[in-house]
Amino acid sequence: MTDLEQARVESLIDGELSWNELRNEVLPDPKDPDRFEKTRAVLQERVDWDDPILVPLNDHLYVVGTDEGRVIRTDCGEDLCDAGENWKRSCQVFVREDEDEFEELYEEYMHVDPDWAFELREWYCPECYQLLDVDAVPVGYPVLTPFEPDIDTFYEEWQGRPAPDREGDQAAD
Amino acid sequence: MSKPESELHDPGTTTRERELEKVDPPIGWDGQTLQEMLDEGEQRLEETGRYQGLDELELKENDPFKYEQMYSRLRGALVSARETALHVSASPIVREIGELCFQIYTPEGDSVAVSTGIIVHVHTGSLAIKYMIEQDYEHNRGIQPGDVFCNNDNDLGNVHTTDVHTFVPIFYDDELVAWADGVTHEIDIGGMTRGHDQVASTNRHEDGLYATCEKIGEDDKLYQDWRDRGQRGVRTPMYWDLDEKCRLAGCHMIREAIHEMIDEVGVELFKDFLYEAVEEGRQIMESRVKERMFPGTYREAGFHPIQWEDKAWQPGAQQNMMNHLPIEMTIDGEGGMELDMEGATPPGPHPFNCAKGSMEGALWVYLTQSILHDGKVNDGAHYAVDTNYPEGTVVNPQDPELSYHTPWLTIFPTYLAVSRALSSGFFSRGFREEVVTGYGEPCDALQGGGKLMDSLADAIPDALGDYWPVGPFDFSCQGLGASAVRDGLDYGYAMFNPEADLGDVEEWEQTQWGLIQLARRVKPNTAGHGKYRGGSGWEGLHTIMGSEDVSLYALSIPTVTWSGAGMSGGYPGGTSYSVRAHDTDLARRTVTDEPYPLDDMPHHGRIEEQIEAEEIIRDQDGMFFPEQFENYDLLRYQTSGGPGWGDPLDRPLEKVKEDIEEDIFTPDVVEEVYGVVGEYDAENREFTVDRPATAERREEIREERAERTQSFEEFFDEERARVRKGDWNDGVQYMYEGVFETSEEWAQDFREFWDLSDGYSP
Repeated sequence: MTDLEQARVESLIDGELSWNELRNEVLPDPKDPDRFEKTRAVLQERVDWDDPILVPLNDHLYVVGTDEGRVIRTDCGEDLCDAGENWKRSCQVFVREDEDEFEELYEEYMHVDPDWAFELREWYCPECYQLLDVDAVPVGYPVLTPFEPDIDTFYEEWQGRPAPDREGDQAAD
Repeated sequence: MSKPESELHDPGTTTRERELEKVDPPIGWDGQTLQEMLDEGEQRLEETGRYQGLDELELKENDPFKYEQMYSRLRGALVSARETALHVSASPIVREIGELCFQIYTPEGDSVAVSTGIIVHVHTGSLAIKYMIEQDYEHNRGIQPGDVFCNNDNDLGNVHTTDVHTFVPIFYDDELVAWADGVTHEIDIGGMTRGHDQVASTNRHEDGLYATCEKIGEDDKLYQDWRDRGQRGVRTPMYWDLDEKCRLAGCHMIREAIHEMIDEVGVELFKDFLYEAVEEGRQIMESRVKERMFPGTYREAGFHPIQWEDKAWQPGAQQNMMNHLPIEMTIDGEGGMELDMEGATPPGPHPFNCAKGSMEGALWVYLTQSILHDGKVNDGAHYAVDTNYPEGTVVNPQDPELSYHTPWLTIFPTYLAVSRALSSGFFSRGFREEVVTGYGEPCDALQGGGKLMDSLADAIPDALGDYWPVGPFDFSCQGLGASAVRDGLDYGYAMFNPEADLGDVEEWEQTQWGLIQLARRVKPNTAGHGKYRGGSGWEGLHTIMGSEDVSLYALSIPTVTWSGAGMSGGYPGGTSYSVRAHDTDLARRTVTDEPYPLDDMPHHGRIEEQIEAEEIIRDQDGMFFPEQFENYDLLRYQTSGGPGWGDPLDRPLEKVKEDIEEDIFTPDVVEEVYGVVGEYDAENREFTVDRPATAERREEIREERAERTQSFEEFFDEERARVRKGDWNDGVQYMYEGVFETSEEWAQDFREFWDLSDGYSP
């Protein structure tokens, strides 16, 4: 069973572990059961706000508990939307669809044929312009909500505790 | 009509020496028919949610050592059968790459254990056995000791048509105790063109030789008429014959091992063990999901463009098409997983139609590599996942008239989307090391065949025959997607087989006598960009020598669009393209010792600049239909890179430096995408980063982002206007039209998203 110390979790998050360390110390099953909390603690330590991170969504995006409810926040502190909404609706977007735009990223012939009406949609934080996600879809494709986490089920039924933003509610009960 | 134990199970007696006595139906356990066993099992599962209604794993709990020993012994028998039997084969696909596997099923057709190899078949053979049970083969066709059955009909349980299964029922006394199944990937089964993953077939009648759950032998011997059909029905009869012997030998080895096991532990314990092993597989799947995923709903989509307007041979296929492969994955509070593909496009006039069983087989092969890799892999996992592959779509056509020759081109984009969904869960849960953004799609890059010229055939005494098939499996080493903590594996992964193997060029050239490999090189700029980049693909160059009547084609994705994206700001890898040169001066160059092409770099060093030719065809689409090739013609192909993870501006400078020095990316692309500026000494393969210029360039890129982007509202208005006008190409129109015809639910979601009237249709 893997059982990473907190410092090793930090190294993992920072991409500092070698393949041998990953292969021999991190990848083997079963996984450390408290990895979620260890990871959450490292991430919480690194952001500039005190509101609790509830779910990390990607490198720069979190569901966070606030006094006004749960929101999706980028790590620069920008609140994009309520947790139940599609965060991409609050982003700045660049749609890449012609040959010149593709060839900023790919060689000639190694990208979409412009006749195919296919787009790369790049989603940026409206505050710091961190690239948060890239979609590769045909023109007209709806903007999917990639993940809707069931936060309370996770904390209450899988972790056996209330979500960090609901701990006070339970104490009041 | 039981047989004396000493006669049937005498360890000193080989199978061939035994008398295989006939058994009267019913042949199931305890006097039941197989249909009764199947019905009861399904009813218990429905009522309890547990396989065979097992509340507890008594054998595992009371005698765990014996239980684990039995499982290991069973799996060992399967692996042993595979490792031994593959040497019966002569095909490099089977012998060199190991494209075969063996599995064991309960009498009802539920997979219990699987060998190493192409484990995509953990579930597909199950469907074929259940078909035979439901068609009452027990009474009509007969299921007897020593019988041999065959299936490669995808509609009834298989992955693609050139995967051929051999089934052997295993009896103990007068009961059917289990089934053994061996499957190999054939290099050719006939069909309208040469090759094992055809591009041109559009219906069943063009697919080649089908065996539809057919009895092909009895008393452990194959029927003469079946063997004659195989010899006359395929282009490589020797491979067909030896692969069939390979499968049958392996199944008989497994039967021997099971008889020995039952002799030791007793038949009742063996039966209990089979059921417990499947239920344990179900429980393992649920516990793995709860251990690694996050409950909730995940949504992704895959796409597969088919640019056939000017390429297809049959009139009905001469159109551009795009297949839509959406997935919605739900993880519930119990650890249950649901995979829903509502909104998939209808089937079409192409070989990429994918039977439900093929989709399920692919689900297992992917789950075993992502979430179930240390568990007991069997149909228990199948029962732990609730799937919806909607009937009447490309992922479950329910129409045997269609071509099912190459369903992989539907499977790959689908499970790219599944990979992203699973990886979102792993990331959220803190298991960043398990994230895989996807993979380079391992298509059969080159296929076809030709004939040796008489003079050459005479000069090679051990040539396998005048006809040589082309089906190299080196495309099974593509780039793996990045994880959230490291780059993807370079040129070393295949989605369909966790034991990806490039194979030896020399081995393939022993079979493909006329197709000579000139070069293999890393293909720069195939890897998907990101903080962690995807694994790189590679490029190959072939020529033809000493041959005639040569036709070759390439089956390739991603071609004219991507199949999916990267994650967390990572990009998809480069798409493929094709170049072939006809009537070249290569023969003269080999004599005069002049240089000839070893790769193709679109910006510098194109093939056109390195060789003289009457015709050079360069196409943005990497896929082309069979065309004639002459000696010294050139043909280039490439494998694909995996998608990336994270914003490329977050990539550490030292990693970018390595990328350039290892030919993963070229300096111009690096400066544009990663904002890394420096000097590259190509001769010494040394890149020196200019740090101030890099800081300036990265800042410039951030400013460009602010200048170029638009708000969501602006994007929405522009895109909605295009939706209302149908401002897309005919391939995308095919996709939207088809989905609207197939799924009112998806159509309504589409209208709601774009705020369109109920009357809108594309």
